[in-house]
Amino acid sequence: MMKGIIGKKIGMTSIFSPDGKQTSVTIIEAGPCVVTQVKTKDTDGYSAVQLAFGDKKEKHTTAAEKNHFAKANTAAKKFVKEFRDYSIEKAIGESITVDIFTEGEKVEVVGTTKGKGFQGVVKRHGFSGVGEQSHGQHDRQRAPGSIGNSSDASRVFKGMRMAGRMGQDRVKVKGLKVVKIFPDKNYILVSGSVPGHIGSIVLIQK
Amino acid sequence: MNAAVQFVHEQLTGSKEFPKFKAGDNITVNYKIIEGGKERIQGFRGDVIKRQGTGGTATFTVRKISDGVGVERTFPFFSPNIESIELNKVGRVRRAKLFFQRKRSGKSARIKEKRMAVAAQG
Repeated sequence: MMKGIIGKKIGMTSIFSPDGKQTSVTIIEAGPCVVTQVKTKDTDGYSAVQLAFGDKKEKHTTAAEKNHFAKANTAAKKFVKEFRDYSIEKAIGESITVDIFTEGEKVEVVGTTKGKGFQGVVKRHGFSGVGEQSHGQHDRQRAPGSIGNSSDASRVFKGMRMAGRMGQDRVKVKGLKVVKIFPDKNYILVSGSVPGHIGSIVLIQK
Repeated sequence: MNAAVQFVHEQLTGSKEFPKFKAGDNITVNYKIIEGGKERIQGFRGDVIKRQGTGGTATFTVRKISDGVGVERTFPFFSPNIESIELNKVGRVRRAKLFFQRKRSGKSARIKEKRMAVAAQG
C-alpha cells in the first residue's frame, strides 16, 4: 500500500536544528491534487488512484480530456499520474493535500534528472580515462579504451557502455525525510536533493 | 531570490538582533560550544573579510591573527549557536571581499578605522 502526491520542485535551501546542525532541504510545492479516477480490481484488473495537478489553459485541452476532468468536477489539469494500491480512501473529485504526510516521515521522491546532452564515457559511466598524460600519450585522456576482443568474438557485445545521451532519466530517491510542512502554502520540505531542475514535476510517495 | 524560498527563510530563520556590520569591520562573535556535555560561550574577535549569500543561508567570515598564525572562521548568519555579535570598530575599506588581507601581515594588515562624525552638543 502506498500514498503519494504530485508536486513541483521549487528550490533548495538549508535549515538549522535547535542544536545548530545545518541540513540542506528541497522545497516542493505539492498538491492540492484532484482524484480524477479510482480504478478497482473488479473493473480495471488492478487498484489505483489517478491524481491530477497543475492548471492548464482550456485551448490546450482536448474534448476527451475536458469530459474526463468534468467527471471529477474540476478544471483541466496539466499533469495526471496514477498511484497503485493507494492506502487513503478517496472518491472521484476529492482533493489530496500535503496533510497526508507528517513531519519526520521517510518518503521516496521520483523525478526526471537534468539532461546533460551527449557525454563521453568518463562523465557518463565513470570510466577513469587513459590515466597518463605523459610517456608519449597524446590527446586520448578521456577515451574509452578497448571495447572488445579480436577474432574470438568478432563483434561488440550488446550493452557495451559508450558515449551518448546522458540525463533525463526517471530516478527515484529513497529515504528522504520530511523536515517541515507548510499546509497553507502547500509546501513540503524534504531533506537532501531531489532529481530534476527547478520547476520540474516530482512525485512524493511512501 | 525565489519568492517561495524567501517565504521559507522568513518562516524558519526569524530575525536576528545583530548590529549591522560589513567587510572591514572588527567584530566579536560570541558563540556557544559544547564541552563535555556543558555549554559555554566563547568569543571570536577579528576582522570581517567577507559576507556571502542571501536569506537563511547567508554566512560571514572573520579573520584574526592568533599567536602569529592567521585564523579564519566562517559562521552561518542564522546559526542558533551564535549568541551575540559585538561591533568593535567600523573599518574604512573599498572592497566587499578582503582576501588581500591573507597575504599581508603586521602593519600593512591594519584596517583604517572609520570615525563617525558626532553632532555637536548644544
